[in-house]
Amino acid sequence: MLSLYVPGTSPVHRAPAGLKLAVLAGLGVGLFAVSRVEVLAGVLAGVLVLGLGVARLPVGVLWAQVRPVWVLLAVLFGFHLVVTDAATGAVAVLRLLVLVLAAALVTATTRVTALVAVVEWLARPLRLVGVRPARVGLVIAMTLRFIPLVAEQAARIREAQAARGAQRVRLGAVVPLLIAVLRLAHTLSEALDARGADDVPARRASPGRA
Amino acid sequence: MRTRDLAYVALFAAIVAVLGLVPPVPVSGLPVPITAQTLGVMLAGSVLGARRGGLALLVFLAVVAVGVPVLSGGRGGLGVFVGPSAGYLYSWPVAAFVIGWLTQLCWRRYTLAWALVANLLGGIVVVYAIGIPFTSLFGDLPLAASATGALAFVPGDLVKAAAASVVAVAVRRAYPVIEAPTRRATAG
Repeated sequence: MLSLYVPGTSPVHRAPAGLKLAVLAGLGVGLFAVSRVEVLAGVLAGVLVLGLGVARLPVGVLWAQVRPVWVLLAVLFGFHLVVTDAATGAVAVLRLLVLVLAAALVTATTRVTALVAVVEWLARPLRLVGVRPARVGLVIAMTLRFIPLVAEQAARIREAQAARGAQRVRLGAVVPLLIAVLRLAHTLSEALDARGADDVPARRASPGRA
Repeated sequence: MRTRDLAYVALFAAIVAVLGLVPPVPVSGLPVPITAQTLGVMLAGSVLGARRGGLALLVFLAVVAVGVPVLSGGRGGLGVFVGPSAGYLYSWPVAAFVIGWLTQLCWRRYTLAWALVANLLGGIVVVYAIGIPFTSLFGDLPLAASATGALAFVPGDLVKAAAASVVAVAVRRAYPVIEAPTRRATAG
């Protein structure tokens, strides 16, 4: 299973997924109320201590999440140097850096299943409009199963075309691929229904709705 | 929503994910390579319609959020939702919904021209209308600056809208997933 989770037993790993997400959400809102470089630098140091010191994550794990935004942050800072001043630029860059690192920390220390459980929990209020939280989990599980399946089908069509001497994937190949996987999804849903996926009782949902 | 609809939603979430694994394609004459992921957004709306298409992209974002690295370039996790370009991510479910809604409007006479209109409005106008202000808000940039930055992606998006439209029209002919409006009223 492809995932960004790094196994471990540190207090950060053991903290409940819901708590970690709540802290992250709080940071997301709170940091924008802070515009002092010292405070932001302090929070950044705190996140780094938690990640590298307490959770003992390899530096590469955090860096992998920062690398894609690195150029953007540099451009952002350069822009502020020209238009406003270095302090404003540092605040904007630090804020984003802290958020990206904190999010990477949560992702690296929390199992996918625990986060899916939080998603299901968050979906509970949706029961009022007829959504069954368990089916939210089911859709995510199906998506995770479909990803390697779709990739496999795509690779098969690419190989078949390469065998016939085609250099690159033609648009025409996408249509049969889509139809093949749509059929597959249909078959899977029938199999699920045959195993009773459709008659899970929900307290507030009317039958036949998800 | 029936299990079949859930399976279609999951399928298109997975398709968008797989498109993220496709390496960016450099196109001659374009300053930036085009990534295939927004092609999946357009296809989800065009093939599944408004509700299921929008949901497929919400599920995709949930999968990214729980830490599966399926955004183009192998990114994932919660960090991508707070970056300066996160607005483009948030725009995807809305874009798929709008494309699906426009597609359903003209479903009976769904031609390449209609498909193009739906994909251009939903896949480009909606995406930029959400993504550009978000970048300027998060990065303290003036609107014009982030709009200029986004311009580089327009040619690639035009190519993708055309490709998605051709595919959507062909899929409708062979395996229509959206039902005709009269039958939709009774469908669960």
